[in-house]
Amino acid sequence: MTDPLADQLARLPAAALGAVLALGLVLVLAWTASVSRGVAAGRAVPASMAHAPAEAARLLRQGRRTTLSADRLLWRVGGWGLFPVAVLLIALVPVGETALLPGSLGVVWANALDVVVWALVWLLGWGANSVAGLVGGYRFLALALGYELPLMFALVAPAIAASSLDLAVVADAQSSLWYAVWMPVAFVAYLVGVLGFAVSGPLAAPVGSEVSDGALAELSGPDLLVVRAGRHALMGAGAAIAVPLFLGGGSGPWLPDAVWVVLKALLLTGALAWAAGRLPTLRTHQLMEPLWTILLPLVVLQDLVVAVLVVSGS
Amino acid sequence: MTDSSLVVDLAFWGCAVVAVVFGALVFVVDSMARATYALAVSFVATGGALLLMQQSYLGVIVVLMMVMEMAVMAVYMVMFMGMNPALMPMSMVHSHRTALGASLVTFVVLGSGAVLVPWPERRGAPSPDVTEALGRAIMESHMLVMMAVGPVMVATIVVGVALSTARTRYDRLGDDLDQTPTDPPLRGETQRGGRRRDR
Repeated sequence: MTDPLADQLARLPAAALGAVLALGLVLVLAWTASVSRGVAAGRAVPASMAHAPAEAARLLRQGRRTTLSADRLLWRVGGWGLFPVAVLLIALVPVGETALLPGSLGVVWANALDVVVWALVWLLGWGANSVAGLVGGYRFLALALGYELPLMFALVAPAIAASSLDLAVVADAQSSLWYAVWMPVAFVAYLVGVLGFAVSGPLAAPVGSEVSDGALAELSGPDLLVVRAGRHALMGAGAAIAVPLFLGGGSGPWLPDAVWVVLKALLLTGALAWAAGRLPTLRTHQLMEPLWTILLPLVVLQDLVVAVLVVSGS
Repeated sequence: MTDSSLVVDLAFWGCAVVAVVFGALVFVVDSMARATYALAVSFVATGGALLLMQQSYLGVIVVLMMVMEMAVMAVYMVMFMGMNPALMPMSMVHSHRTALGASLVTFVVLGSGAVLVPWPERRGAPSPDVTEALGRAIMESHMLVMMAVGPVMVATIVVGVALSTARTRYDRLGDDLDQTPTDPPLRGETQRGGRRRDR
């Protein structure tokens, strides 16, 4: 019998390498989202590619602005927490043989992590002790109630179809047909949710320019940099989770599985960020009613259809 | 005791200490937001303890639900407790002596129960897939309870929102819900021009 602790220690280098790869993948996905946003805004591709590094260099040198009696602890937790959430989401995605954090409950963990964003964005808005930030934080929670329920029910559909909450099993169950094709409503609701927790596109009201960037108000320097990077990273991470959930995981011709996963994640991130850049930001109340009265019932109906098909097929 | 179970034990006690300390911090801090999120951290640590007891599904659900719930609760706390958002410090305790006495008595009763009652021996073995066992229990033998609880919860939510909202669809769509919605919704007056009743 081997010593379990020595076993764990032997696996440490592989885990460390995996963590570095996950971090690298998040950065690449976040950069892809940023480039795509630039292109959508009408910038040339080279200028869009240089935008993120240039902004990073500028913000790293910028001094910190403070506000009167800001709750600095909560403010910083909210801002610096976004990017790690994206890294954890990526760690759930099965790339090649296995995920960095494999498990039988990957779908539920992905959901739990995107809910953490609720807390972080509100804390970001609250902590600054500024009216604009507070408005942004409250807007986000209202929108979160609107996008999260359709997102949750959208996650149910692939889980029912694959009879598993394990992302790897869900990905493998799509060998014949991608779930995005035969459960399109769930796929759309999921993508709306990704825009929601990345605070982008039509759901960007919490950081709207008409409230001085809302939850981002009063942020400066590295604190602003990590929040901006975090939003792009969350969009990339959400797209990466969609690969095993809806886009067949690593299935594809010629190339190895891992390459397909990364490729699909990059393409979906780029498309989503481009769409987010082209679509107008809607005000909170313009979104609440469609999200609750149209999208949510449609997604529940989608779950019903999937469940009936699965039961009648087996 | 193998080494890995020692690690699990240490992690469990770590989670337990974090849960209790942050639970106590709820009453120490001087801001609604900090109190609410201290409670959230306490619950996340409880979820971690559940994970270490190999109740993975319950653990992750506790984390998911409690973070969500505390995010919403922070809004209600700030709203109802009259803390203005200028981060003015305020005490998180009231009826200090009564509350302290009640909580100590409760702790002693529950704690002594946990320690003094003879725990039954385990009969049988846990199901290989506890998540599936939980799902079966909820959807098979306890389905009636879930079906009764569901409508009650939805009714509570709807009533709660209806009582607390300042604007309803009648303000936007008129008394018979047949008018073009105004955008943005009118504030303080109905579509037909009359003053709305005070709330």
